[in-house]
Amino acid sequence: MRLYAAAVYLFLYGPIALIVLFSFNAGRHAASFECCATSWYSLTFNNTFLIEALLNSLLIAGTTAVLATIMGTMASLALQRVKGVLRLVFDALTYIAIIIPGIVIGIATLVALVTVFDILNPLIAKLWPSDGNAMALGLGYGSVIAAHTLFTMALVIIIVRARIQGMDRSLIEASADLYATPWATFRQVTFPQIFPAVMSGFLLSFTFSFDDFIIAFFVAGPKTTLPIYVFASIRRGITPETNVIATTVLAVSLTLLITAQFLLRSRAPKAGGKG
Amino acid sequence: MVEMINGAVDVEFQGVTKRFGDIRAVDNIDLEVSSGAFVSLLGPSGCGKTTSLRLIAGFEQPSAGDVRIGGASVVGVPPYKRPINMVFQNYSLFPHFTVADNIGFGLRQLKPRLSKSEITARVGEMLELVRLQGFEERRTWELSGGQQQRVALARALINRPTVLLLDEPLAALDRKLRQDMQIELQTLQRDVGITFVLVTHDQEEALSMSDTIYLMNEGRIIQMGGARDLYDEPINRYVADFVGKTNFFDGEVAEIKPNGAAIRLANGRVLYGRNPRGGVPLNRNAGGAIAVRPELIHIVKANGSACLTTDVQTTARVKNRIFLGEQTEYLVMAEGFGDILVLASKHAETVSGGFSPGDVVSIGWEDSSALALENTSKGDHSTAVPVPK
Ligand SMILES: Nc1ncnc2c1ncn2[C@@H]1O[C@H](COP(=O)(O)OP(=O)(O)OP(=O)(O)O)[C@@H](O)[C@H]1O
Ligand SMILES: [Mg+2]
Repeated sequence: MRLYAAAVYLFLYGPIALIVLFSFNAGRHAASFECCATSWYSLTFNNTFLIEALLNSLLIAGTTAVLATIMGTMASLALQRVKGVLRLVFDALTYIAIIIPGIVIGIATLVALVTVFDILNPLIAKLWPSDGNAMALGLGYGSVIAAHTLFTMALVIIIVRARIQGMDRSLIEASADLYATPWATFRQVTFPQIFPAVMSGFLLSFTFSFDDFIIAFFVAGPKTTLPIYVFASIRRGITPETNVIATTVLAVSLTLLITAQFLLRSRAPKAGGKG
Repeated sequence: MVEMINGAVDVEFQGVTKRFGDIRAVDNIDLEVSSGAFVSLLGPSGCGKTTSLRLIAGFEQPSAGDVRIGGASVVGVPPYKRPINMVFQNYSLFPHFTVADNIGFGLRQLKPRLSKSEITARVGEMLELVRLQGFEERRTWELSGGQQQRVALARALINRPTVLLLDEPLAALDRKLRQDMQIELQTLQRDVGITFVLVTHDQEEALSMSDTIYLMNEGRIIQMGGARDLYDEPINRYVADFVGKTNFFDGEVAEIKPNGAAIRLANGRVLYGRNPRGGVPLNRNAGGAIAVRPELIHIVKANGSACLTTDVQTTARVKNRIFLGEQTEYLVMAEGFGDILVLASKHAETVSGGFSPGDVVSIGWEDSSALALENTSKGDHSTAVPVPK
């Protein structure tokens, strides 16, 4: 039994360990390993195409995380007061957004956006005939961000709401009793209480968006994100460069996820300042 | 006990009702809290004490009637605009603030802003008042229950509210600490001169701490008065039963006397009791009860050298004895009366030598020690309602 478990783990993590190992390959070929050098790292990060893809990914992930966090937090605060059937509907929609496979989100978003663009673009061209082309809507940053935000916002809602439900309601009453207006109460009591959940929602959203390939593949249009770049380059064969990228992404993602977990588990936030 | 400062009224309920769906948590209550007074709302669980307090604080709005603070109606005024602070039952200290920041919270909300140095100074004063100097930078969860309680108190008092509300503030503390805090609260109230409204289901706490007690049941006020009034002059059986221990002898009203009534027990014996002050005379042909406090019953050895000269006398057999320190409580069984609780003082015990279970004793009381009470739990006397046991 134990052997069996070991085999499973080896099968799961062996390839990942290999990738990390091979990213420090000193040789010229991906297939044979010579220890140890960071030369591939410097080479990889001098590749302008790759850097552009990386910057695109960072931009998209950053914007997605900010939007999803703000909207998700506001939604979960508002949902507190919603009761009954309406609440059920919102809950269902939230969970559906998470359950739906990425490929469906990708296709659906693509179809929806293309349809909308087909309607809007002629209109725009009519309104601003001279520079209609510059104004024309198309797939790109916006569409990826929109699709990612839809999904990650649901994540944020679920995380933040769990925190709100675990929060002592009487703290809000105590604050109101001590002359704090509703806004002051939010700033000084509610927000510091839910802050860890908001932060971990942010980090998870960032990680998801940064790692996502499927949705981006459908709706990114001409833009290349890092996963798309990797996908494209793999078709030309596995290179040490791929290993470097994978290792870097792995390191960043793990850091963010662990931080998010840590924040979620911290019971009483030490941060929060003095009002 | 407390000087009434120019007789001003801080909190007033005029026919206040609060409904939650079909439940009348508070049912047509009139209430008046004088400036500087220490008032208790006393009653069993679910009788509407917390709801009454929340109506004063502004967390609930009345379904009917008027809530007035300092003479002005506050219906619709949110909690943060009321000159009132509350000590919550579970203290509700902010876990993300230090002790000092918790205490200073109310001051930081004021407009125009107070200077940092003023806030620090007043927080310091408060820490001294509740004897928590040196705890400024501590986190609230690092404190003991009694210390948290004092932080909650300081956090409310620092704002110098017109009225301080306390919702079972001592319920979570152990017995010894609770007694210390009772004295501390009372002293504090006299020192700061702020009106206190305390909610408790512990009658001892209400009796020992407050000037005025409102005894509540099922959303209504049954009796209002000082500790003495409630203990010595309970207006009906419910009050006598709730406040302190009492022996009840139920029966039919046999005779109405000028200041009381005679009641015939099931065994044919007739007992006399006086009317409580503020109570209503009993009706003829109705049920009633004679109530006698255990400490007003004499107990001596049957056929002994000491003999009773009280108005009522009977022999009884000791069933149980509980040593309470300064007093000894006997449960005796008397033919035709049932079980009777008798409280003998240390002094009486030394004289009589005490009794053991199985001993035959004589017990008795004066008619003037007995009250004739109606069997109602409502405040309005008009309807007789079965008393929950
Ligand atoms: N928000 C609410 N919604 C519905 N019913 C409520 C609400 N608050 C109180 N009640 C009901 O009103 C009645 C009085 O409640 P309240 O909390 O005032 O009692 P209490 O005297 O403080 O009791 P306890 O000593 O147990 O705290 C109870 O029957 C309670 O169930
Ligand atoms: Mg209560």
